[in-house]
Amino acid sequence: MTSPSNKKAVTPPIDAARRNLLKGAGALTVTLAAGVTLISPARAQIMVRKSGQPASSDIRWGLLIDANKCTVDCEVCVVACRTENGWEGHGRPETDPQWIRKVNLKDKKTGVRVSLPVMCQHCETPPCVDVCPTGASMKRADGIVLVDKHICIGCRYCMMACPYKARSFVHEDVTNQKPYQPRGKGTVEACTFCVHRVDAGRIPACVEACTEKAYGALTFGDLNDPSSEISKQVSRYVTTRIRADLGLEPGVIYRGI
Amino acid sequence: MKKIVYREIEGSSAGFYSLLAWFGLFIIAAGAATLYMEEYGHYVTGMTNQIVWGMPHVFAVFLIVAASGALNVASISSVFGRKIYKPLGRLSALLAIALLAGGLAVLVLDLGRNDRLIIAMTKYNFKSIFAWNIYLYSGFFVVVGIYLWMMMERKMNRFTRVAGLFAFIWRLSLTTGTGSIFGFLVAREAYDSAIMAPMFIVMSFSFGLAIFILVLMAAYGWTGRPLGDAVIKRLKNLLGVFVAGVLYFVTVQHLTNLYAAGNQGVERFILLDGGIFTSLFWVGQVFLGGLVPLVLVFHPVTGAMRQYVALAAALVILGGFAQIYVIIIGGQAYPLELFPGMEVTSSFFDGQINSYTPSLAEIALGLGGVALALALVTFAAKVLPFLPMSLADADIDPHYMKPEPEAEMNEVEGTEKAA
Amino acid sequence: MLAVLLGGASASVAAGDGVPLPNPAKAFKGQQCIEPVGTMRRLHGEYLIHQRDETLRQGIRGKKYSLRQCIACHATTSPDVENGTVRTIQPFCAECHAYAAVTIDCFSCHTGKAEDDVKTGSAYPDIPSHNKRKPWAGKDSSAVALLDSLKAELDKGSPSP
Repeated sequence: MTSPSNKKAVTPPIDAARRNLLKGAGALTVTLAAGVTLISPARAQIMVRKSGQPASSDIRWGLLIDANKCTVDCEVCVVACRTENGWEGHGRPETDPQWIRKVNLKDKKTGVRVSLPVMCQHCETPPCVDVCPTGASMKRADGIVLVDKHICIGCRYCMMACPYKARSFVHEDVTNQKPYQPRGKGTVEACTFCVHRVDAGRIPACVEACTEKAYGALTFGDLNDPSSEISKQVSRYVTTRIRADLGLEPGVIYRGI
Repeated sequence: MKKIVYREIEGSSAGFYSLLAWFGLFIIAAGAATLYMEEYGHYVTGMTNQIVWGMPHVFAVFLIVAASGALNVASISSVFGRKIYKPLGRLSALLAIALLAGGLAVLVLDLGRNDRLIIAMTKYNFKSIFAWNIYLYSGFFVVVGIYLWMMMERKMNRFTRVAGLFAFIWRLSLTTGTGSIFGFLVAREAYDSAIMAPMFIVMSFSFGLAIFILVLMAAYGWTGRPLGDAVIKRLKNLLGVFVAGVLYFVTVQHLTNLYAAGNQGVERFILLDGGIFTSLFWVGQVFLGGLVPLVLVFHPVTGAMRQYVALAAALVILGGFAQIYVIIIGGQAYPLELFPGMEVTSSFFDGQINSYTPSLAEIALGLGGVALALALVTFAAKVLPFLPMSLADADIDPHYMKPEPEAEMNEVEGTEKAA
Repeated sequence: MLAVLLGGASASVAAGDGVPLPNPAKAFKGQQCIEPVGTMRRLHGEYLIHQRDETLRQGIRGKKYSLRQCIACHATTSPDVENGTVRTIQPFCAECHAYAAVTIDCFSCHTGKAEDDVKTGSAYPDIPSHNKRKPWAGKDSSAVALLDSLKAELDKGSPSP
């Protein structure tokens, strides 16, 4: 039975359409009171694309990172990405791949500290895509920037061109790859927004892990959809992008820096 | 002016074969280095996720830049009509082809997946200057090859001018493309500049000519063919002009960068507290590679002595290596500024100066490219007539004046007296 | 001379001394492949190359010629591969490709091992919870109560009075 204070949220009467929406979408988004939304994160589904359908430019995937919520010693997103995508290191930090890393900042003048994860920013106009000689570095229609490792020749020009140092070169033989994430020696790789999950209607590993096991600093969704959580947050709060001056329009947006 | 006779070098002496053997040794070492890097992966080199391009790229870019510059001598004769350079044209074109082959070999052998070279030659992203460069480099071989043919076949000599002009424009495009590899990178303050392309062009003039001078002196010295002072004088003066040109562009580049507050960090790093990079810049590039050769070349005493001209050319080459090292490696050693005004630390080496120690494999690969280029020149000179029999003043200098025939007068007087 | 060589060659083949024909391992599961055997033998390369671009570059999922699906059916154990403890496609692909001397590049990046069943539940059971404060979701009792009541109403199919 609902308590009186919450009764308002339940009316108007639930009609069949709303019931189906709530059941079918699976995203239990409920307005508790004006401006407060409960999201059940473990069930957060974005959108399942029908098989046989190409990625569409109607969608622009984005990731909102609230650096205010990150702590210096938390690396859950990094560990999750590493587990999910299988880029275990060899104990050689200079040549080991790092798809996502925690960057700790300290303001030189004021001493204020902030910590945040940095990964491939999935730019709108990626310089890595511009410079790749074979076209292996590519942007998918829905904004996810990928490396087509079938045609990557390992020239590392994209690594020179990336302003965010997002890409890693695979310096050693790779074994026991995840079946959904092929990776091999001599090619370049970076964060894929867990495209294998996104295409199946899930969210990236870092977002899920942060929400489940840490502070919920990451929000993933469709920036072109005004009703998505990320769009609402981006239109409500002041956000910025790293190296916004370059005009690359990254899909990764930050609060708190 | 006498007719120029070109002839293959004899190429049968012990010295010749031992030279080729030395080159072969370096080439084999480079091959072994490539196999080693391919087998284990690039972690065995000094290149990392921070210093992405290393020694092989320094060698490759140097050789490619020098290649287009080496064609200059032939261009001056064909395009600008300076007759004294005409006998040097064939060697110039040959050297250009050989240096480019050496540079490309190093570049291609360093790729992470060089088994996919066919893909690189069939799939193109034309927004990438690299893709354009693939066409420019391979086209260079064809264009200069045709140019050489025009020069070397009597029936085709009347087309030399046209072919030379085409080759000249092509090599300017090629060097622009090479400089733009760096100039087009918005990410790094050390590179993002329109001046990279023209600076690379002047660098190519300088390095290419320096290599040409040394190869010329070696070829004529070791085959015993005469090499006159007129040629040396012209070449060394030209070298001086080009070295001054490079110094000018470097000055303009750094002065302009210093004006932008955002670039202060990287400029400070290169010019002041970058350790090895600062030393290489001031001592290697500016002093040894710029000022000393200028003095050697233009000073009336040293400029007239061949060994000092050779020394100047060698210093220009060393300075050129230092310059490319500072550009390529120095530009990567300085960290990317993701958060201006903030101190940055991370597990991925953000915010710190990156260190680089070239591995033996990388140096071996680079030297192998140099050896390949020189071996090609050496071998080609034996197979085809690239080198004139004589470059003595009397034979090629259009302004040559026979010295006052005092000896003749005395002889005549003597015979008259006798008679 | 040529006749002797040819005669010698045919004699040795007839005697069975030539390179043994490949014997790819029988599939682990499934009655037949997605295309007839002859078609697959000739065209599997083309199918795979075409589909890889569709999947990766266009994001089209679920089409027929999936490499992972090949592995799912064709991966078998072999005493040569980790003592027969894992299912890989090595005994299948490598047989014919070694015979035909056609090097394939797939498995420098793609794993050739058969996939385990997909785990359900938390994706990251091994990652310890970092949040030492009150966990962010699931323990807000009033929210849980609201959700429960909502669910009950949905099941009933009528608004609460």
